Amino acid sequence: MTPDPEAAGTVRVQMAVNGRPVNAEIPACTNLADFLRGELGLTGTHLGCEHGVCGACTLMVDGAAVRGCLMLAVQADGAEVTTVEGLDDPLGRALREAFVARNALQCGFCTPGMLATLREAIGAGLVPERAAVRAALSGNFCRCTGYEAIVDAALDVIGGRDAR
Amino acid sequence: MPADSTLIGRSVPRAAARRTVEGLGRYTDDLDAAGVAHVAFLRSPHAHARVLGMELDEARAAPGVIGVYTAADLAAVCAPWQTRLAALPAHVSPPQQALAGDIVRYQGEPVVAVLATSRRAAESALELAFVDFEDLEPAILPADIFEPAQGFDAAAWAPQLALDRQIAHGDAGAALEGAAHVVRHRFAFGRQTAVSLEGRAVRAEYDRRSGRLSVQQSHQAPFQMQQIYAELFGLPLGRVQVAAPDVGGAFGGKLHAFPDEIAAVALAVLTGRTVKFTADRLESFLADAHAREAQAEARLGVDDDGRILGMEIDFAAGLGAYSIYPRGSVGDALQAIQLAPAAYRVPSYAGRARAWFQNKAPVGAYRGVGQPIAFALMEQMLDLAAAACGLDPAEIRRRNYREAPDTPGPTETGVVLESFTTRACLDTLLAEMDYAGLRAEQAALRAKGVYRGIGLTSFVELTGVGAQLYGPQQVRVAAQETCRLSLEPDGTLTCRTSVTDQGQGTLGGLAQIVAETLGVAPHAVEMIAGDTAATPVGGGAWASRGMALGGEAALRASRGLAARLRAVAAPLLQCEEAALSFSDSGVEGPGGARLSFREIAETVAFRPYLLPGGTAPALEVTESFLPPDLPYLATNGVLAAHVEVSPDTGLTRVLGFWAVDDCGRIVNPMLVDGQIRGGVVQGIGAALFEECRYSADGQLLNGSLVDYRVPMAADMPDIVVRHIETPTHQSALGAKGVGEAGTVGALGAMWCAVNDALAPLGTTVRRQPFTPEHVLSRLHGLEEEFD
Ligand code: FES
Ligand code: FES
Repeated sequence: MTPDPEAAGTVRVQMAVNGRPVNAEIPACTNLADFLRGELGLTGTHLGCEHGVCGACTLMVDGAAVRGCLMLAVQADGAEVTTVEGLDDPLGRALREAFVARNALQCGFCTPGMLATLREAIGAGLVPERAAVRAALSGNFCRCTGYEAIVDAALDVIGGRDAR
Repeated sequence: MPADSTLIGRSVPRAAARRTVEGLGRYTDDLDAAGVAHVAFLRSPHAHARVLGMELDEARAAPGVIGVYTAADLAAVCAPWQTRLAALPAHVSPPQQALAGDIVRYQGEPVVAVLATSRRAAESALELAFVDFEDLEPAILPADIFEPAQGFDAAAWAPQLALDRQIAHGDAGAALEGAAHVVRHRFAFGRQTAVSLEGRAVRAEYDRRSGRLSVQQSHQAPFQMQQIYAELFGLPLGRVQVAAPDVGGAFGGKLHAFPDEIAAVALAVLTGRTVKFTADRLESFLADAHAREAQAEARLGVDDDGRILGMEIDFAAGLGAYSIYPRGSVGDALQAIQLAPAAYRVPSYAGRARAWFQNKAPVGAYRGVGQPIAFALMEQMLDLAAAACGLDPAEIRRRNYREAPDTPGPTETGVVLESFTTRACLDTLLAEMDYAGLRAEQAALRAKGVYRGIGLTSFVELTGVGAQLYGPQQVRVAAQETCRLSLEPDGTLTCRTSVTDQGQGTLGGLAQIVAETLGVAPHAVEMIAGDTAATPVGGGAWASRGMALGGEAALRASRGLAARLRAVAAPLLQCEEAALSFSDSGVEGPGGARLSFREIAETVAFRPYLLPGGTAPALEVTESFLPPDLPYLATNGVLAAHVEVSPDTGLTRVLGFWAVDDCGRIVNPMLVDGQIRGGVVQGIGAALFEECRYSADGQLLNGSLVDYRVPMAADMPDIVVRHIETPTHQSALGAKGVGEAGTVGALGAMWCAVNDALAPLGTTVRRQPFTPEHVLSRLHGLEEEFD
């Protein structure tokens, strides 16, 4: 008889998700992405590989872009978590607008992770150069766009229009 | 379309994009409901084995488990199936069922299903399920079928031949004999898979009271799946609904019926519970459709001026254990030999395509199906011929392009061309890339030990493929696309289309067409697609059909609705119908008298007695489209790659990429360019990184995104895209397809570019992907030279 994966070692977590307090009792092994999707219904966070490679699950924890599939929900205890649904500060909004205007998404499955990654990188002073933007995105897989439109959108936001 | 159109040809952002950036996409795995049951599969760890027995009691007793099921359990509700292609009677795939019975034929084939209250519980219980397998000898295609390695025992290798097809015109053997130069090359194409970022996913609900089955599935062709489920579960079509929510990429990989997905639906029927299955990444690599695995040997003969005299291609494809359901696995092989000579005058040609079943995952459609292989073969051969007769690669292409047809008609291998503008595409391309400048730079750098190469590929792409492909094979797949456009009683427009959208933006493009014709804003058109219960029947998304076929259907429906609106409005505005125009969601007569769509719609719906005769036509028009005279709409284009290969590391860097494509009338340039760029990057990925590697005993060696490398942003170049616009005469819209163009040509451009870079070093790559290992072993003579 194996232990019940649901019952074994539940823990209580508290965090702020998109500015709202969250308090839940969950199995200790729940990762942050599953917690957000399954418990909170925040399905904007996507899972593409579940082992830290594709970047689709990237979201913000205390201002840093992290892989939601690699972090346990308990590790975010006490943290401020921002998912794509809550990415509506001025920089987040500017990125959203630029993504729509540039068609920087096709199927959109990579988009939440792209937005979180860019938000962190731009916040940290990403320079308006195409190679720099590509390097910043190097942990986020997109199968659809070929990346160029995503680079264009990022440059629109950081004022690098003429870098093209 | 009118020349003064304001929306067609403009890069209008699409409505669906906004939802996604706000995190409000709805993909299949997002559709959770209380009480949904999750399924996990025990899959065969062996490529070929006999199932001797099972011990499942412990798994059954595990916490959260609803049930544990085997082939026999599901057979009670779900019929077996077998892929058959009526025009290829010798192509015999073994019968399949939702879970494997006595024999497993590929690693990853589902054998046992565990249904539990959560995915975690289902996966944990799997650990307790035991299946006793007896290993059987797997059949795996040798690495070089034309010259098998020493020690390879051909007698012991007896896989089943799945296809042997020859096409020929003229006498290729004699033409090669008489040629001034004959070049030979051997090619190996790596097995790939689509790697959509969202895995395959399905959620099924069966209401025992009504006998209705409702399936949400991440899929390209809901009507195909409706047919299949109705057949397998013995339900009338009207009781089966298949709907595709947002789909996170597909590229052909979500065009098939997979045993695990069918098993999930069968479990819903069997248990009456809502069942969900989402493939994780390892399952995707093991059990998605694979594609492309092939080898080929080609010979091309030219005269002293580089004019093609004849060509032979011997092509051998490695399929999987089954021919994929329902469309079969022969597309790559058939398209490769048929399309290779499509862009050029090849007076004598002999192509032979063979394919074998082997104990690997089944092969299916992946963006471009066979076409990337066809043009990689042809273009590499042209480069070798150019070198043999001292011609520039661009020049040998120019000398050999076929002429544009005066009237639409088939080439010698039966490729039906309506127009052909490759010459114009090449001229534009060479100017855009500064071909002469790059050649001069290449020569200068070679002297310094820097090896750069330029590769050109001219291609023909078959888009908007009609019923002639699957009809004669008796495969039940709809090919015609239909649009049902309604003016609702509140004055809004609802457009229901049979085409589906996995990110291409097709729905945005259709909205532009409707908006343009009826004078509304594109975002005001409510688009409904991907749901068998809500849209007219059609193909969905395959063979680049969205705009070419679905766009024309939308245009016709818009024009039909416009005519009805004129007929209703003219008497109310007391003018001639011809004097009416559409703008701002309304109809305007001479002198500025206006009726809004809302006023018209309300009159028709609620006060028809105000109209002459007291009745009104329904404000709903349905129109369908397939090209009336052609089997598909062939497009063409030319691509160029510029690369640098390091002889020290074997690494290839892509320095630049250019594409000139003629897809006819362009509705939304931003969407079209996005298709080309995304397609090119998939082609570069194929050329440099991507391969499903199997061991000699049929074990997949790289089932993760760490080990199966995909193109990432930092590896990829910006891609210059230009267009030649030759509208098709088959439709009023004039659009042809574009979804596969980039992928179709990029592999060939990369193949030629890498070998152009390596030319001064006296070797060629012949095995794709061109990994550093392959490049280095060719440079150091560790892989046998072929000449
Ligand atoms: S899902 Fe987390 S990195 Fe892929
Ligand atoms: S838009 Fe589809 S994966 Fe990026």
